[in-house]
Amino acid sequence: MAGELPVPGAVIDGFRVGERIHSGGMGVIYRVSGPDAGFPMIMKIPRLGPGEPGEAVVTFEVERMVLQALRGPHVPRFVAAGDLADQPYLVMEWVEGRSLSEWVGKGPLATGEVVRLGSALATAVHALHLQEAIHLDVKPSNVILRPGGEAVLIDFGLAHHGHYPDLLAEEFRRPMGSAPYISPEQVVGIRNDPRSDVFSLGAVLYELATGEMPYGAPMTPSGLRSRLWRDPLPPRALVPSVPEWLQEIVLHCLEADPDERYASAAQVAFDLGHPDQVALTDRGRRRRRTGLGARLLRRVRAAGYEHRSLLRPGARVAAAPIVLAAIATQHTNEARNEALRAAVRKLVAPGEQTRLACVTVIRPATELVAADRDKAATSQRIKHLVLLRHWAESLKLPPGQVSYHVIEASDPAAALLEYARQNQVDHLVIGAPPRDVTLGGLLGTVSTKVSADAPCTVTVVRARS
Amino acid sequence: MKLALLADIHANLEALAACLAHAGEQGAERHAFLGDLVGYGADPAAVVDLVQAHASRGAIVVRGNHDQAALEGESETMNQAAEQAIAWTRARLSDGQRAFLSGLPLLAREGDMVFVHASADAPSRWIYVSDPLRAAHSLEAAAGASYVFSGHVHEPVLYFTGQAARPVAFRPVPGVPIPVSPRRRWLAIVGAAGQPRDGNTAACYALLDTERATLTFQRVPYDWQAAAAKVRAAGLPVRLARRLAQGE
Repeated sequence: MAGELPVPGAVIDGFRVGERIHSGGMGVIYRVSGPDAGFPMIMKIPRLGPGEPGEAVVTFEVERMVLQALRGPHVPRFVAAGDLADQPYLVMEWVEGRSLSEWVGKGPLATGEVVRLGSALATAVHALHLQEAIHLDVKPSNVILRPGGEAVLIDFGLAHHGHYPDLLAEEFRRPMGSAPYISPEQVVGIRNDPRSDVFSLGAVLYELATGEMPYGAPMTPSGLRSRLWRDPLPPRALVPSVPEWLQEIVLHCLEADPDERYASAAQVAFDLGHPDQVALTDRGRRRRRTGLGARLLRRVRAAGYEHRSLLRPGARVAAAPIVLAAIATQHTNEARNEALRAAVRKLVAPGEQTRLACVTVIRPATELVAADRDKAATSQRIKHLVLLRHWAESLKLPPGQVSYHVIEASDPAAALLEYARQNQVDHLVIGAPPRDVTLGGLLGTVSTKVSADAPCTVTVVRARS
Repeated sequence: MKLALLADIHANLEALAACLAHAGEQGAERHAFLGDLVGYGADPAAVVDLVQAHASRGAIVVRGNHDQAALEGESETMNQAAEQAIAWTRARLSDGQRAFLSGLPLLAREGDMVFVHASADAPSRWIYVSDPLRAAHSLEAAAGASYVFSGHVHEPVLYFTGQAARPVAFRPVPGVPIPVSPRRRWLAIVGAAGQPRDGNTAACYALLDTERATLTFQRVPYDWQAAAAKVRAAGLPVRLARRLAQGE
């Protein structure tokens, strides 16, 4: 096994080693040039010499295995790998952009900035979970914001992938990951729950919003364990200008029990994108840590903390989908509304992890002939909001599981598609026009356009009457 | 080189044929049969002939407890249905087929690979490698080998070792090539081709790619209705037909 690090100018398997850009405990990173991949590249070389930590070998193996399996804009593209037996290295895309840690130093940030960065990160985390992977080391220095605003997760040395043996399982006695950000279940060695990343996402949101880390930076095992029962100071106690809804989202992510957290990172992104739809609870309003009773209860639960789920990460996330019901509130059609409700009832049961977003698209106020446009617009919105709420009433979904959205747009199909993409909708339910509307069929109805271009599953519902 | 690993065929010709065809499409050049060619199913003679033909072309074959029982009589560890099937099987094997089975080794070794029906630790005791401790014993007995391939336990599992005292179990996902670096040690239970028991009726086998050092666990849907009908027609215990229909 090779232990030496290359010098700039050296050529490894056709890659010319350039400037050293990072030197850490586990390895060294160089810029490299070579067989043209169409994007700039870096080479990561693990430290494997005598006296180097044994973890470097395993985390190298893990990163190579996981990175090769991942696709999409939220991870660096994998290029090549060298074997541990001769020259271990990993060549991947050099992600242009800025590290999220640049923003953390400037906290507390304005709410709009927290939402922008947090949504980008939540979207990236969810993209990973959909591919059966869990990062398990989400922290500002492992996130790069591309110039376009997209977040990219880097460093998969501690990751878990449901399709591959977890080489880090039961490997090292002490918890792995970065102390300020890792979840309580990671502290006790559980590595297969995607909601661990949701917790870390909450810790990052907390830091962006307050400038402080929710649990500090504990150096001892007992300091780490305390997050199993002790909740952080509410963000509003540190920064009073943090809105209640944002505190609600942050503390919802930071629940000690994974079952109490958001079921998916997509749901976090959804709430960040729709502050007016966040169902406020005591979490959003509290000004101090929870009382002794709640802490004792968590402490008792933590003592028996051993849930080893057999669910793979992808299956867990799939059990918490976002369903969009497109309701045409401008046209009252009770048969169609009932057919839509029947279809939605099969997908969303009260109390489950599924989220329902009820959406209607109305004509923009500018197209209305009205003397007082703003006033007309507001009353229009309220009217359609009332219709949406009424449509969903008999589904009997608790607050927090259902939300209502009136979108003003002249092209309903385009608006629904944009909404589905933005909010990582998993399943879109929409009514078909009545069969006798031949002209609509000829010109292409909203439902045909939506089902042709949707990024998700679409159910087109037709009333049988 | 791609090596197809098949275990627990149990005289299920439909399952064996489906696995061999699938492995062929995947580019398998060699085969290893990890024991229990017969028992339970209705086609012992045809299955033994097919495996023997592969053996003559260089396939690795080891003996399982059902093969042994078909030669020597009931084993005390067998349940009633298995015993009945063995008695039925014995009457259907020719001298040549019996000679082939009795000539099989309990354990085969090739390079850094060990092939054994049950545990490499006392192969003739037919120990079920059903937990990390037993996997550790089998791996210890196969000292020097990076890979131990077995059957006997009908559900596919991959055990691997790291720095921890005991191997860790992983439930593989069908069709995903798993990197299996020879720097570690691996014990793969490839799953039953002829009598799956994890609630999925599809036949199990695994494919080792020695150049890429990857192991892919496969599931192959096969005509279990035909295999189950033969079991019933042969007068074998009905329970054995039902197992194929339920995959358990």
